[in-house]
Amino acid sequence: MKEIEKPEKGNQIIEEAAQAEYKYGFVTDIETEVIPKGLDEDVVRRISALKGEPEWLLEFRLKAYRHWLTLKAPTWGHVHVPEIDYQDISYYAAPRQKKQGEVKEIDPELKKTFDKLGIPLEEQMRLSGMAVDAVMDSVSVKTTYRERLAELGVIFCSISEAVKDYPDLVRKYLGKVVPYTDNFYAALNSAVFSDGSFVYIPKGVRCPMELSTYFRINAAQTGQFERTLIVADDDAYVSYLEGCTAPMRDENQLHAAIVEIIVEDRAEVKYSTVQNWYPGDKDGKGGIYNLVTKRGLCRGDHSKLSWTQVETGSAITWKYPSCVLKGDHSVGEFYSVALTNNWQEADTGTKMIHLGKNSTSTIVSKGISAGHSQNSYRGMVKIAPKATGCRNFTQCDSLLLSDTSGAHTFPVIEVGNDTSVVEHEATTSKINEDQIFYCNQRGISTEDAVGLIVNGYAKEVMAKLPMEFAVEAQKLLSVSLEGSVG
Amino acid sequence: MLIIKDLQASIEDKQILKGINLTVKPGEVHAIMGPNGSGKSTLSAVLTGNPAYTVTGGSVEFYGKDLLALSPEDRAHEGLFLSFQYPVEIPGVSMVNFMRTALNEKRKYFGQEPLSAADFLKLMREKRTIVQLDNKLASRAVNEGFSGGEKKRNEIFQMAMLEPKLSILDETDSGLDIDALRVVANGVNTLKSKDNATIVITHYQRLLDYIKPDFVHVLYKGRIVMSAGPELALELEEKGYDWIKEQVDSQQ
Repeated sequence: MKEIEKPEKGNQIIEEAAQAEYKYGFVTDIETEVIPKGLDEDVVRRISALKGEPEWLLEFRLKAYRHWLTLKAPTWGHVHVPEIDYQDISYYAAPRQKKQGEVKEIDPELKKTFDKLGIPLEEQMRLSGMAVDAVMDSVSVKTTYRERLAELGVIFCSISEAVKDYPDLVRKYLGKVVPYTDNFYAALNSAVFSDGSFVYIPKGVRCPMELSTYFRINAAQTGQFERTLIVADDDAYVSYLEGCTAPMRDENQLHAAIVEIIVEDRAEVKYSTVQNWYPGDKDGKGGIYNLVTKRGLCRGDHSKLSWTQVETGSAITWKYPSCVLKGDHSVGEFYSVALTNNWQEADTGTKMIHLGKNSTSTIVSKGISAGHSQNSYRGMVKIAPKATGCRNFTQCDSLLLSDTSGAHTFPVIEVGNDTSVVEHEATTSKINEDQIFYCNQRGISTEDAVGLIVNGYAKEVMAKLPMEFAVEAQKLLSVSLEGSVG
Repeated sequence: MLIIKDLQASIEDKQILKGINLTVKPGEVHAIMGPNGSGKSTLSAVLTGNPAYTVTGGSVEFYGKDLLALSPEDRAHEGLFLSFQYPVEIPGVSMVNFMRTALNEKRKYFGQEPLSAADFLKLMREKRTIVQLDNKLASRAVNEGFSGGEKKRNEIFQMAMLEPKLSILDETDSGLDIDALRVVANGVNTLKSKDNATIVITHYQRLLDYIKPDFVHVLYKGRIVMSAGPELALELEEKGYDWIKEQVDSQQ
């Protein structure tokens, strides 16, 4: 008597938790300057002093800090952020670079780290047409192509350098889109932010290469609080990419970033993220808490901001890249793939705030949940009474790969006038056993089949990513699901 | 190449196959006919390893190997192909991506290097002409938005790409108009050689006008109750299944 091995019905896609190795989980052995754990006004002053900041910025930080003290961590997300002891975190960690003769020379150990991550810091080794700002823990270690971009008037540097070199620009825009009063984590970031990227594209300039920031957490028991500010002046264009990884550690680490974008008349910004922070192990131990505030202001008429994100990492993700569509005929877009496996929790989505007349927005969100994970889409479409003739299209799909995972949607729609049109489509589906068997019959293993099907499902969003990222992101989706199939 | 002995299988505790015996040799075409619910599609599902079915007895040998011990994908690699009665849509997955994955998995199984993109596309161009699929095929998602005829042609196209040793055509004629039927049948005949074999599962003689069987078997209540030459199909077309049913039922 023979029996074909029969996987548990309806439960085929799970059971074995991720054996998938997190490829980026190594630790760089480099001397790191870490300030002692804890947070008070002196720590804020010390960070500011370490960075040699002007008085106005210290004031900004202190105001933020004092405001933060009055706030409580938000609890409305469909995630379980445990009580974080903010006195048990170090707020500044900088890899100490050995002096290499020339001031701009990068430490070989750091270079090795970024090479290992596939991020070349030597310009001749560059990915075609991409400039990189590499941020390790609290500081930017290298920005490539800075000089070449400067010839066009494009400013691309770490925000610390920008504070020194372009104080007026930074002061003009910092905190204008995400004020420190915005929310708990935004206030915290505004008080202790360490580094991040600054981009300014002058009037009429189309940035000739992709700009990207690569964030790496290395030091233990530290938080990363970076801040990115992108300004596209009239008729400018830039495509910006962001990537993130962290070592595998048993303890959770906090990442609370802010991204602010200002888009002036007829300018366009494309912001793409491939988020692959360490998600924790198969039992849900460790991983990054990714609590991020990202928002862009389409201030100019006919301005356009497009967010594309592929979120596969982090133990907890809480982020809503949003567009404030202030300009008439301005355009906001949000394309998202969020994949959760094992015990990951993601609560992500967007806000489209229509203030300008005839502004339009598109939201395409694809959630994929495997293992015991929880995956939520949270979105708001708000059309102000005076913003007539607006349009929004929202498509919000969930794909469940297991019976023990959850998919949730929390959409809010407020339309303040009757000349605007809002459409919302939503689907929830389970991966289909017939599809998997069809692939099996053609010689494709179940694991590869799930990878194919998931990538097919996410294709509409993946197609929005720049080429260099799209291939990586595709692999990432498959790898993140390895072992999720029983 | 294929020796099925006393094969029994069930789905959700319902016994469907009650002892199938069948031997297929290279170069042969076998037709399996029979009334609805007799177990024809179950046989193809069990041979290809569909996990919805449980084998409860018997054995299947494929080129000397214990077929039932192999995973569905390894059965495919070993040369077993099923043209599905209802080909499945896989949204967003392009045919080129799907077929390249399938073909390269097979090559890997045999320790061969993956095919280069150029060679693969060339092969795809060559093979799709067999079933008259146009060049948009490569970029279209697997079966998504395909008409009934296109889906069946696409099955035969995949068969051409994978060059199986044994192909099972599960009601490939259902839902096809006469022109599409001819295209599909021509495709199958083009791929026929002395080294491969075909099992054609069908209700109707119609398809067998184009794909000439060497043997015709009648499946009824989970058993092969009659086997003969191609003339049996004509007889069934004329007389229906009732006389066989009566004959079998009276014996029980």
